[in-house]
Amino acid sequence: MCILVDTNTRLVVQGITGKEGSFHTQKCIEYGTKVVAGVTPGKGGMKVEDVPVFNTIEEAVRKEGANTSIIFVPPAFSADAIMESAAAGIGLVVCVTEGIPTLDMVKVMEYLFHKKTRLIGPNTPGVISPGKCKVGIMPGFVHREGGIGVVSRSGTLTYEAVAQLTERGLGQSTCLGIGGDPVLGTSFIDCLMLFEKDPQTEGVVLIGEIGGTAEEETSVFIKEHFSKPVVAFIAGQTAPPGKRMGHAGAIIAGGKGTAAEKIAALTSAGIAVAPSPAHIGETMQKALQSKRG
Amino acid sequence: MTNDSQAGKLSVVIRREKVEMKIHEYQAKAILASYRVPVPRGEVAFDPEQAYQIAQKLGVDTIVLKAQVHAGGRGKGGGIRLAHSPEEARQIANEMIGMTLVTHQTGPQGKKVRRLLVEEGMQIEKELYLGIVVDRSISRTVFMASEAGGVDIEQVAAETPEKILREPVEPSVGFQGFQARKLAYGLGWGKELVSQGVKVMMGLYRVFQQKDCSLAEINPLVINHKKELVALDAKLNFDDNALFRHPDIVELRDLDEEEPLEVQASKSDLSYIKLDGNIGCMVNGAGLAMATMDLIKQAGGEPANFLDVGGAASAERVADAFRILMSDERVKAVLINIFGGIVRCDRVAQGVIEALKEVKVEVPVVVRLEGTNAEEAAALLRQSKLNFMVAKGFKEAADMAVSRAKA
Repeated sequence: MCILVDTNTRLVVQGITGKEGSFHTQKCIEYGTKVVAGVTPGKGGMKVEDVPVFNTIEEAVRKEGANTSIIFVPPAFSADAIMESAAAGIGLVVCVTEGIPTLDMVKVMEYLFHKKTRLIGPNTPGVISPGKCKVGIMPGFVHREGGIGVVSRSGTLTYEAVAQLTERGLGQSTCLGIGGDPVLGTSFIDCLMLFEKDPQTEGVVLIGEIGGTAEEETSVFIKEHFSKPVVAFIAGQTAPPGKRMGHAGAIIAGGKGTAAEKIAALTSAGIAVAPSPAHIGETMQKALQSKRG
Repeated sequence: MTNDSQAGKLSVVIRREKVEMKIHEYQAKAILASYRVPVPRGEVAFDPEQAYQIAQKLGVDTIVLKAQVHAGGRGKGGGIRLAHSPEEARQIANEMIGMTLVTHQTGPQGKKVRRLLVEEGMQIEKELYLGIVVDRSISRTVFMASEAGGVDIEQVAAETPEKILREPVEPSVGFQGFQARKLAYGLGWGKELVSQGVKVMMGLYRVFQQKDCSLAEINPLVINHKKELVALDAKLNFDDNALFRHPDIVELRDLDEEEPLEVQASKSDLSYIKLDGNIGCMVNGAGLAMATMDLIKQAGGEPANFLDVGGAASAERVADAFRILMSDERVKAVLINIFGGIVRCDRVAQGVIEALKEVKVEVPVVVRLEGTNAEEAAALLRQSKLNFMVAKGFKEAADMAVSRAKA
């Protein structure tokens, strides 16, 4: 097993006819993902990489049985795209788009409240269950199938961590980015609840960054409800206050949201914090060894 | 009475977290006034003569001159002064325009004052706080009010959180009248103030909502001697990601208030933040860029910047990034850390090689390329005969850059 995406995933790509959409459609198919449909309003009837394109998600669900969507549409139209998928009954929506207005996301979150849809992101590299399915823009080749779950607020730093795991023979169950924005569909805690129940997952790497209090809240959750070893890293230990470090959510505001506070919270919950970004794999290996003892 | 709000600092539970476009106080007040929020009469002056004319037009005993810079804490730094005649206003304006204002928010280098808000002074009976932000933990907009106005609201949140009243807003219906009344009665206002206060709150909420603010704050909101509510200071920040639908707001941007290299970077669609160290960094991805800075620091060095070339790092964009890096003269070594996923390392290498042909680089350049087409990239760098140092791991790259910067 693994979480969120697997061999039962039937993917529809929203914005499939765009540059990013078509490129990543091809990459997901190469990895083995079942891409069953694409949607671009006005381009129904076309084909991209042999995948049929529809005008609406509803049609993609009805005709091709799509159950998961990935979004590559421009930021101004992304809120609409997320809600369209939710309305059509899509169970998992992965929104890669970066730069969606925050108040659009506030509306989306209210809309999703009464729907069964889970949203990952926005501003996420996506989700991959190595060897089974890739719904995202991450490089598939750095991953190996195995027992480590990886959940992160970052993109390339996640690939770095995964490469370190793979190098040490630690494969992964599922790796995902929750996104770098302030308002997100899925939290660290949501992911940990799934990893806790997943028999394939033996331990979890959690990659946080400055800004917000998600890591602090997650520390409390792990202490009380999570039974598997967790290794964490927090990016932005040297970031100055008041400056946004690339991600909309990564900013130390009014002296809060610092790496030091987050590391203290994680450590006090008994989580092993990697001393540097170059030691994430090594720290996980040690954590597993001490558990097997 | 000269109360500088030190605005923009919010509570420990709800904070301003986002990248924002900032505007000046006088611009914020003009927007609020257009939503029927009462503000003191006043205008902006760019020179002492304008300040004199505005003061004359105001025709009041006490004139307030407020430095317009994108930073709080102005009062303590001499950025807010009083005059009692138009002549005095001219004289004080002459001293203030061109001065470098240092506050706890400007950093030691301070900010040059180029504009003044000249407005009527007023007698104040009480100072209050109103603010709106998005609370990321509940994915909702939250309206906040406090009787502890005029001071650092974050301090209030830390020390006496019960003094901050909060009303979360349901997005589909918006901020409701009963919520405004609840806050107003919660502040202990009488009937007359409640009816004024509801209008002020509704106006502030509409500005926040309609202009895609990331922060809308009146601090302090004052009750003057005539028992009227007036927004004595105001701060509006806007969600960068929503500016595409607010051309009127974009026009208010004051580039003098921004770091020139950051402005240049944003034109090339690069995310660049200038820091104080001497190791220039170029990285793909924000998280990896932060982690690279962290590793430099752990190796005993100081990063000169944060620079994310983004997920679609083309050769041109890498070249632009290199130009920006090299225009910071403190840079003593450059560290390029790319984890190629979708970005191909060989393309990045091409960009670096092209940039080095155009941009004169006299400092050592350490390159670490990992992932997609890393080998092809290494070959390109070798063939270029340019002076690169190729590092194998993440840590080795940081160590090399730090030792070169110190050499």
